[in-house]
Amino acid sequence: MSAQLIVLGALLCFASALVSLVVPRRTQVLTAVIQVSGGIIGLAGCIAGFRGAGAALRLPWQVPMGVAAVRVDALSAFFAAPVFLLGVLGAVYAERYWPSSKPRAAYVRCFFGIATGALSLVLVAANTLFFVALWEIVALACFFLVGTDTADADARGAAWLYLAASHIATLTLFGLVTLLHSATGTWSFVPLSRAVASSDTGSALFWLAIVAFGIKAGMMPFHVWLPAAHAAAPTHVSAVMSGVVIKMGIYGLVRVLSLYPAVPDWMGGTVLTLGIISSILGVAFALAQHDLKRLLAYHSIENIGIILAGLGVGYIARGHGLVMIAMLGFAGGLLHVWNHGLFKALLFFGAGSAIHATHTREIDRMGGLARRMPMVAAGFLTGAVAISGLPPLNGFVSEWLIYVAGFKAVVGPMRGGWAWLLLLAVVPALALTGALALACFVKAFGAVFLGNPRTREAAEAGQAPASMRLAMVPLVLACVAIGVVPVALAPLLSRIVAIASGVSMSLVTTLAPLQRIAAPMAFVLAITVSALVIRLRRAPRTVTWDCGYARPTARMQYSSSSTARTLVAFFAWVMPPSVHAPGQLPLFPAEAALSTHMPDTVLDRGLLPALRRLQRIAGIAHYIQSGRVQLYLVYLGVTLLALLVWSLR
Amino acid sequence: MTAILNLAIVLAAAPLLIGVINKTKALMAGRVGPPLVQTYYDLAKLFRKGTVLSSTTTWVFLAGPAVSFVVALFAALLLPLAGTAPLAFPGDMILFVYVFALARFFTTAAAMDTGSAFEGMGAARELTFASLAEPALFFGFLALARVSHSLELSSVLAVSGTAWRSSTAALVLIVASWFIVLLAENSRVPFDDPNTHLELTMIHEVMVLDHSGPPFGLVLYASAMKLFVFAALVAHVIVPRFAHPLTNVAATLGAVFAIGVLVGLVESVMARLRLVRVPQLLITASLVSAFAVVLVLR
Repeated sequence: MSAQLIVLGALLCFASALVSLVVPRRTQVLTAVIQVSGGIIGLAGCIAGFRGAGAALRLPWQVPMGVAAVRVDALSAFFAAPVFLLGVLGAVYAERYWPSSKPRAAYVRCFFGIATGALSLVLVAANTLFFVALWEIVALACFFLVGTDTADADARGAAWLYLAASHIATLTLFGLVTLLHSATGTWSFVPLSRAVASSDTGSALFWLAIVAFGIKAGMMPFHVWLPAAHAAAPTHVSAVMSGVVIKMGIYGLVRVLSLYPAVPDWMGGTVLTLGIISSILGVAFALAQHDLKRLLAYHSIENIGIILAGLGVGYIARGHGLVMIAMLGFAGGLLHVWNHGLFKALLFFGAGSAIHATHTREIDRMGGLARRMPMVAAGFLTGAVAISGLPPLNGFVSEWLIYVAGFKAVVGPMRGGWAWLLLLAVVPALALTGALALACFVKAFGAVFLGNPRTREAAEAGQAPASMRLAMVPLVLACVAIGVVPVALAPLLSRIVAIASGVSMSLVTTLAPLQRIAAPMAFVLAITVSALVIRLRRAPRTVTWDCGYARPTARMQYSSSSTARTLVAFFAWVMPPSVHAPGQLPLFPAEAALSTHMPDTVLDRGLLPALRRLQRIAGIAHYIQSGRVQLYLVYLGVTLLALLVWSLR
Repeated sequence: MTAILNLAIVLAAAPLLIGVINKTKALMAGRVGPPLVQTYYDLAKLFRKGTVLSSTTTWVFLAGPAVSFVVALFAALLLPLAGTAPLAFPGDMILFVYVFALARFFTTAAAMDTGSAFEGMGAARELTFASLAEPALFFGFLALARVSHSLELSSVLAVSGTAWRSSTAALVLIVASWFIVLLAENSRVPFDDPNTHLELTMIHEVMVLDHSGPPFGLVLYASAMKLFVFAALVAHVIVPRFAHPLTNVAATLGAVFAIGVLVGLVESVMARLRLVRVPQLLITASLVSAFAVVLVLR
């Protein structure tokens, strides 16, 4: 049942894509209706799939060796549910954010439908070739969505970069799938034998998986495409890309590693190391951003890091037979997949409304929007508190599980040498990441929504349209619900962890005390804040205390860059900022300008210069490849002659 | 029952701790100083006064004091002031750190809400320094959890005499590191001077410049309770656990006020550090407690 519903939901998403191309402008709302109904049917399928033991469906497909086989287990349904949810909310949001009157509305709707439909099928594909084909469809649809604004050179660049990175991932994935076929003899995800898993083939499969899924998920050294792509895409697309498309990489990694009978320490250690690097450096780069969407994009890297850290702890602990720690690590990492999807979409929706109103992505050109769009501000605030991992919202629950796993690892007996030392690093790394994320989101929320408007556009911003506000409501509710009643998810978590790793255990007793505290805490906080606000609603109002300086302007407020400056300076060893400051000023300076920018270290300081050098070296080939047909004919003739001479010899 | 006792202790004794610090400083300077109960007078005065709000602010501005007040009370429920903590559960020390992070989110957001450059500056400093203090706190918890084989604050902080004998060095390092964290988290000298009157140099005081009346009373009360809770955290590591709850309370209170005197002494003999030096001290605190982890893992 669940498989049929999910496939039907995906097909409806595809249908909305087709319909958007044929119906006239005025009836474009039809596509959104089809997309939403597809999403709801798919969600129903996922909910059925949470309980199902594994529903399967085989559709005829005329591709050699390929079968459109679909198999829904709890793990697939778990990853697919946010896809359908964000598909629905994205369509609702886009109704006013990218209305039919806007240019290329049909184009955006078409590729949005294709991306969400194909994405949900990737997560349930049972045949590896089918998996690769769908994977490629998602990548191409996202490429077109990122490049929606063809007039913008940055968006074009981001789209090409995304395409290149995606195709490296697809190529690697192709290698992975073929190697898997030669190792197992089938084109489906079947467990590896112990001999294969411990052979060189097993190691090669792991590295191929790390590269393919790492690029897709945006793990730290492979993240180069992510910030630009998420910044350039339309906001509801960014929400889907950041919330669920990058989770495709996590799903793939978990699925492939679930095929190993035992995951050796070095594999778990690699996952954990990549997780710690991504989380700390992701948030450090985020702190340095002054473009709201790039900031959120870097936070996706951070959260992927947290997910990987949880999974890494799980793999290492499972390898040493520590079932409880493994369970906590896996459950925390996988729950964070949902949580990040929810609050990141919420934050992107909020950011989109702010950008929509102020016509800029520069944080330091906003300000004071909370008075103009209070509902959007409240939604963004919820997302900001959740992503900082603060109680009583959902981000805290998943991070808490990983923390407890890290603590338990330290308290328990020491086993396993160096892998154990890595486990020691989990707690401090999470602590640093959490504190920096908090700093970053106070900075972002404060500079965008609080204080005085810094520009006229910000001052004249109006309330966001209804559909854009409506899309945030279910996400806020979900963030609160998971935070306040985490026990409700315990059975599902146990089931998916069992599929992902074979570790089976109940989390009810672990999460119960948290639930006992979170609900009263949320209640008391809400009551106290609203009591104080209501009591003082008629309090006399005057200007902010200006310290005797009578004429402060809005531009004098502490900006987002200055808020983060000291923290960013700590990371100058890995992310040197590029500063354009005026040199020596004359005695009576007339005008001076200062601008700072944080280039991505891997892309702008590593990859691009290296590629440019490669291009120069490859330029040598221009001497023989001139593009003139006559010359090529000469080459042919000479080669034939040479061959003739050689054969006569 | 213990919940009410914990709340009563923190609500009643926290303002006195500020009085103890100020009295110590006054005596060190050869002054008579304000009475020990001056903070109670201040709070009573503030709660009777009217409030003036900035026209720039939104509800977030008032959420700052409200959240930090509630959070300090929640943290008090997580501490084993009289035997076992009312809300004890495995993993509660993570919640302990994170509720204070929640308070930090809202106090700094409230400061940003005023649109004042000074308050934004204070918020930025608070965020920066807290990011560096948090790992030190967690390293300490890791080491203590290892020593006590537990994840519950109530048993983690009940450091036994045998533990003190077997891992003296580690515990001394933790206490030292946490004392630095206490000074930083509560904006005391050498990180911040609560008596300064120059907005440019302040951290906590400058963030709350625009609060007045009862909300300012909440801010003051909450910061006193936070100081008390952190002092109690350090005190629990030092003071042995007694069988009778009231003996426990008395011992903890004694140690907390002793820490208050120590804070007062530090403030009397030291000047505030230059802001660029502050991160170095905090990183030192992290390294010290990280070393404690290394010692207990040996």
